[in-house]
Amino acid sequence: MNNGVQHLRRLGVLGINSRNVDYIRRFNPRRLYPLVDDKLRTKQLAVEAGMPVPELFAVLSTQHDIRDLTDLLGARDQFVVKPAHGSGGNGVLVIKGRRRDVFFKSSGAPVDRDEMAHHISNMLSGLYSLGGQRDRVMVEYCVQTAEALAPMSYRGVPDIRLIVFQGYPVMAMTRLPTRLSDGRANLHQGAVGVGVDIATGSSLGGVLDNRCVSEHPDTGQKLAGMVLPAWNQILEMAAEGYEITGLGYLGIDIVIDRDLGPLILEFNARPGLSIQIANEAGLQSRLELVQSISSEPASIVARLEFCRQHFAVPLPK
Amino acid sequence: MSRVPLWISAGLLAAAGLALIVYKVVALGYPLLPDVESRVWTVQARFTVDSYTRPVKAVLQLPSNPPGFVILDENFVSRGFGLAVVEEEIWREAQWAIREAAGRQTFYYRAVVTPDPSVQDADTPGPVVIESLGEPFETAIETIVEQAQAQSADITSFTTEVLRRINDPDPDENMELLLSRGRSPGRKAEIATQLLAKGEVASRVAYGLDLRDGERRAMFLPYLEVWDGSSWHWYSPGSRERVRPENLFIWWRGGRPLIDFVGASNPEVEISTWRNVLQALEVAERRADLLDSPVADYSLLRLPIQVQAVYKVLLLVPIGAFLIVLLRSVIGVKTFGTFLPVLVALSFRETRLFAGIVLFVLVVGVGVGLRFLLDRLRLLLVPRLAAVLILVVLALLTISILSHRLGLEIGLSVALFPLVILTIAIERMSIVWEEVGPTEAIQQGVGTLLVAAICYQVMSLDSIEYLVVVFPEVLLILLAMILLLGRYTGYRLLELFRYRDLIRRDE
Repeated sequence: MNNGVQHLRRLGVLGINSRNVDYIRRFNPRRLYPLVDDKLRTKQLAVEAGMPVPELFAVLSTQHDIRDLTDLLGARDQFVVKPAHGSGGNGVLVIKGRRRDVFFKSSGAPVDRDEMAHHISNMLSGLYSLGGQRDRVMVEYCVQTAEALAPMSYRGVPDIRLIVFQGYPVMAMTRLPTRLSDGRANLHQGAVGVGVDIATGSSLGGVLDNRCVSEHPDTGQKLAGMVLPAWNQILEMAAEGYEITGLGYLGIDIVIDRDLGPLILEFNARPGLSIQIANEAGLQSRLELVQSISSEPASIVARLEFCRQHFAVPLPK
Repeated sequence: MSRVPLWISAGLLAAAGLALIVYKVVALGYPLLPDVESRVWTVQARFTVDSYTRPVKAVLQLPSNPPGFVILDENFVSRGFGLAVVEEEIWREAQWAIREAAGRQTFYYRAVVTPDPSVQDADTPGPVVIESLGEPFETAIETIVEQAQAQSADITSFTTEVLRRINDPDPDENMELLLSRGRSPGRKAEIATQLLAKGEVASRVAYGLDLRDGERRAMFLPYLEVWDGSSWHWYSPGSRERVRPENLFIWWRGGRPLIDFVGASNPEVEISTWRNVLQALEVAERRADLLDSPVADYSLLRLPIQVQAVYKVLLLVPIGAFLIVLLRSVIGVKTFGTFLPVLVALSFRETRLFAGIVLFVLVVGVGVGLRFLLDRLRLLLVPRLAAVLILVVLALLTISILSHRLGLEIGLSVALFPLVILTIAIERMSIVWEEVGPTEAIQQGVGTLLVAAICYQVMSLDSIEYLVVVFPEVLLILLAMILLLGRYTGYRLLELFRYRDLIRRDE
């Protein structure tokens, strides 16, 4: 057991307790949480900062609004319905097709109008929100998988999670939906996380349910060696996320749309730690390295240069 | 971030808690463990006199600050007599009086005492008074004292020398003269005080009992108490050794008789001693009372019994909370909700562990199943919760009735589970099941039961319950530990499992 602790220390693996006390509690002021916990406000912030986001089609705030659902949706046959205060991808409904009043999830399962209304009603009454308080429901553009990522995903859009510390993107992974995750790119629900080299944007090993994997469980595709498109732009958006939110320890989720390129999906004030398994690298050592230089303000370009230099794979010893 | 304020707060809290506990244990004698029994003695003086339709007054010498003992309780019994207790520095007496009484009168004095080595004779003697006995005794005393002084260096050796002469099997003519009035130990003690007074040493005769269990006719033995300038020492007048029998209970001092009376005759005295066993806690309480300690006045044990019963449970909740912190932050067990397991553990107190776990699994299992059925009806959140609540009540009732029909008493206690706890557990489990998957839901369910079982086991330890009720300041120490755990940034035990692939690849 002691041995295990030594290995984790040597790898610089960040534990939950240390993340909570040394990073989240210290670098993320509580008053800023509402900015990122409410996806509507996040979207607004990003838009104000001139960052690309998936287009917002509609917002439902009351049970009464559900009656107007048909009007709000219009003729759209591809969209995403999600609670503004949801966490961990809970409650997200991805509609990829439609036949009159019957919608189809990315898995192909049909959802009729009543089911959709019930689901939205649950969201509004706070079933998926963190504190169980009343919530708002967003209907937004359904991102189309970029061709480069298509072989890697199973009925859903992969996203890219970056951990940004004091404006320095320190670690990244792309999350690939699986059959198990029902099209959602969330590790808790069975998506595969694949480590991404900060310097090059090329994929490394994967993590599924906290275990190392090297192939996609559904497609059998090798996970390593794929290069993410628009990687520089993604890094820049991530670095800028710090200035937008003011959160020192930040998780940023970005999706790459086939037509629109990288779009900011959401921010997370308590990003998870499985990213370390995907990258087979510890966060703590990288965070400490950033801490040692971050007292000097630096431009985004300079910060990214630092990250490319120090967080490339393999790590320079 | 500096941890100094944290360490200081935790240190202060722990120190305050510990200080209170130490004070209660050391100064007030609160036992640290439950069921510690304390040795307690009961001493009883019973005396009877005949009275003849005249005013009767009877006086009994009472124990007065007996060294090495604390009097916890006293009772006086007589038939119709008025009682006054008169107290001076080194003596105390009970005075019973009645205008008219006929026949045999019986008086009782009973005291409950407990040994306490910290109680010492606190009085200091006044100037030594020499009574003149007249010749030829004066000359004899002077001669003996001169000889004894010549062969001694200090008070101790002078006392030893005096006692040696008194107990000489072949006394010289001076001592022979003094002993001519009697050679009883009481008389010898009296002679010793006279000789010591002549040598300007303060001394007095004390009458004590050797406490023995079941003694019906205990005898008072005279002892010589000698002041050596800083404290009193006991000598047995029949030898020249310093004595301090462990069970010596000094009853009264000075030349007074044990009983004295006017208007009556034919006295009979009977002293009994016996040992009994009292809960150490009770003894400590009474003693704290005698010491007028505010700690005892503001003790939880002074609250009405029914309020105490509530606190017995309430004070255990922090123990559960502490275990939760430990199990979550250090071990990393996942549970439904933060403190739900503590509430479940409290329910286990009613149902017992095994029955509790079986019934909890049963009700939550049925509840989650019904909750999924309800889900198809597409209810809003609050009505759905209410519906689950009703179904849970029906499930409880069904389990109770079925188990009763089957003759299983175990199912009856299901009604002791608080409804709301079950409903919350069902709702949480359903959501996790639906959103994250059955594996996670079952993991968290098992985690909840495991943590609840551990909390229950710890909370139902007699010593833990005793500790928090008698020493609620334990909670301060607990708080200090929780503060420190709140800044524990090491790995959780289960993280070693989570990162097992990283560890393996590093090896």
